[in-house]
Amino acid sequence: MDFYDIILNYREFDFKQALCSVTARDVSVAIDSDASADKRLLALLSPAAGELLEDMAQESQAQTLRYFGRSIQLYTPMYLSNYCENQCVYCGYQTRNPMARKKLSLEEVDKEAAHIAGLGFRHILILTGESHTMSPVAYIKDCVKILQKYFSSISVEIYPLQLPEYRELVAAGIDGLTLYQETYDRILYDALHVRGPKKDYKNRLDAPDRGAWAGVHFINIGALLGLSDWRVEAFFMGMHAKYLQDKFPGSEIGISVPRIQPHEGCYKPESIVRDSELVQIVTAMRLFMPRASIALSTRENRELRDNLMPLGITRMSASSSTAVGGHTINQNGFKQFEISDKRDLEQVKLAIRSAGYQPVLKDWV
Amino acid sequence: MDDVLMIGGRMISSRLFIGTGKFGDNRLIKPALEKSGAAVVTVALRRIDDSAGDENILNFIPKDCILMPNTSGARNAEEAIRIARLAKACGMGNWIKIEVINDNKYLLPDNQETLKAVDILAKEEFVVLPYMVPDLYAARRMVDAGAAAIMPLGSPIGSNRGLKTKELVRIMINDSSVPVIVDAGLGMPSEAAECMEMGCGAVLVNTAIATAKDPVEMAIAFSEAVRGSRRAFFASSGYIGETAGASSPLTGFLRGTN
Repeated sequence: MDFYDIILNYREFDFKQALCSVTARDVSVAIDSDASADKRLLALLSPAAGELLEDMAQESQAQTLRYFGRSIQLYTPMYLSNYCENQCVYCGYQTRNPMARKKLSLEEVDKEAAHIAGLGFRHILILTGESHTMSPVAYIKDCVKILQKYFSSISVEIYPLQLPEYRELVAAGIDGLTLYQETYDRILYDALHVRGPKKDYKNRLDAPDRGAWAGVHFINIGALLGLSDWRVEAFFMGMHAKYLQDKFPGSEIGISVPRIQPHEGCYKPESIVRDSELVQIVTAMRLFMPRASIALSTRENRELRDNLMPLGITRMSASSSTAVGGHTINQNGFKQFEISDKRDLEQVKLAIRSAGYQPVLKDWV
Repeated sequence: MDDVLMIGGRMISSRLFIGTGKFGDNRLIKPALEKSGAAVVTVALRRIDDSAGDENILNFIPKDCILMPNTSGARNAEEAIRIARLAKACGMGNWIKIEVINDNKYLLPDNQETLKAVDILAKEEFVVLPYMVPDLYAARRMVDAGAAAIMPLGSPIGSNRGLKTKELVRIMINDSSVPVIVDAGLGMPSEAAECMEMGCGAVLVNTAIATAKDPVEMAIAFSEAVRGSRRAFFASSGYIGETAGASSPLTGFLRGTN
């Protein structure tokens, strides 16, 4: 059974009614339980659980300490190309945006990589827009070869690939794959992705499976919070993570919790996820998936990032730029979205230490 | 009391081994090791960053400690062997804790892959200590392959659930010709003491010390518990029966009869 089939099982399910009927007692039971049943996840994401956030936070912290200790892994994104064939209404890279497009040459990749490695990073996340012609797998492989000189772990956040293509990238040296479904709501997905290959919901949904089959060790998923009812999105995100962990027990599963940010396309989010709601999502994910890594990016502001550190976060980005070549050659280039926490690596490391945690820059050989 | 722990031809002065993975601040590692007297310390090679300067974890390990790199992150024998060889090539000595985990749901080690790595690395003159699910047959094979000690888990990594595998570990202690070191799952000094009173050669603790509010104090507490309970093991002639001797034996009537 694929995750798509699991989603279809909830076609007739009344989420609103199920979420509203959860009582405080149900939430307390869910916090103490270690079951991975869907009812437990619903209870943790319910409005009633919102009233028991401190209890959830305490348990989330305890679980995180057990499995991850007092450490937070740091990475930074590196944008290779912003050519894109999609028209996604919420994204700054979409085809209708008349921005200057840029793709790094291999010399520029080397320069950008050397600079990022010089800052101290050993884990890198490379990103492209979705263009098989402008940033094909062959180009990404060439980039990976260069990056291997500088980094001990290379993850990709690119368009969905087919199994042989993922295999090629694994052979080239990637060990991580980040791919957000954006929204698990099929109808909304269709409406938001107006044109382009990304319109294929199932192709995207199945891509983490293909990556895991190909041998990518770290599989990181997420939903772009704000596109739809966050409780339902977080529910499917948690169920998707559980599905992947059950199917690929050897893989390390990660969850990201990106909240939609303003960008040049001026998309207005359907629902605003408040800070307290983000805390509920993070702690619910931790309690439901105790061994999954949870990432918090620089989309969030420094105060919130600092406060969320002890509540279940295990990975954070730092010194981020969302422009192609944004670390060296193109510091004022067009950004996919605005980052909020603009601190550099040293400042983030200091904040992590101040919270009693250890910043981890290298976690693989 | 002549009670010496020997592993790989070296005399080990403390039966508390400490893991370094989960400390909030590497600077706590040094006092935790020094004040607890721990003599063997394990470090994940994946975390060692030569270019990290002052922040390199190796700077915090006292020179007189035995460094036991571990293969954390390895998913099969091949990766474990690669990491072990890399550690040796980096000048970290020839001790290696083999840790092969290919299951992120339960974090249980894979005994079969571990055995393969032990077999190859022992032949390469490594002092090999395999972390394993307690299993008599697997333990015998590890020893036959050249393991210097065997390290069964008390309960899954990070679970802090104590010695849930007690009966299986007891069998391994009775059977094994090499020291049995309980690794993983020990949440409190009393649980370490339980292992030592049974006759374990040593215990390895990481999470419970590293994530304690005061890691240095917790390391000392574990050290004292380990020392005291080892004495208790010795004081009871090295064997503690499961049933107490009855004060009025059922066969007492036989005394004085033919």
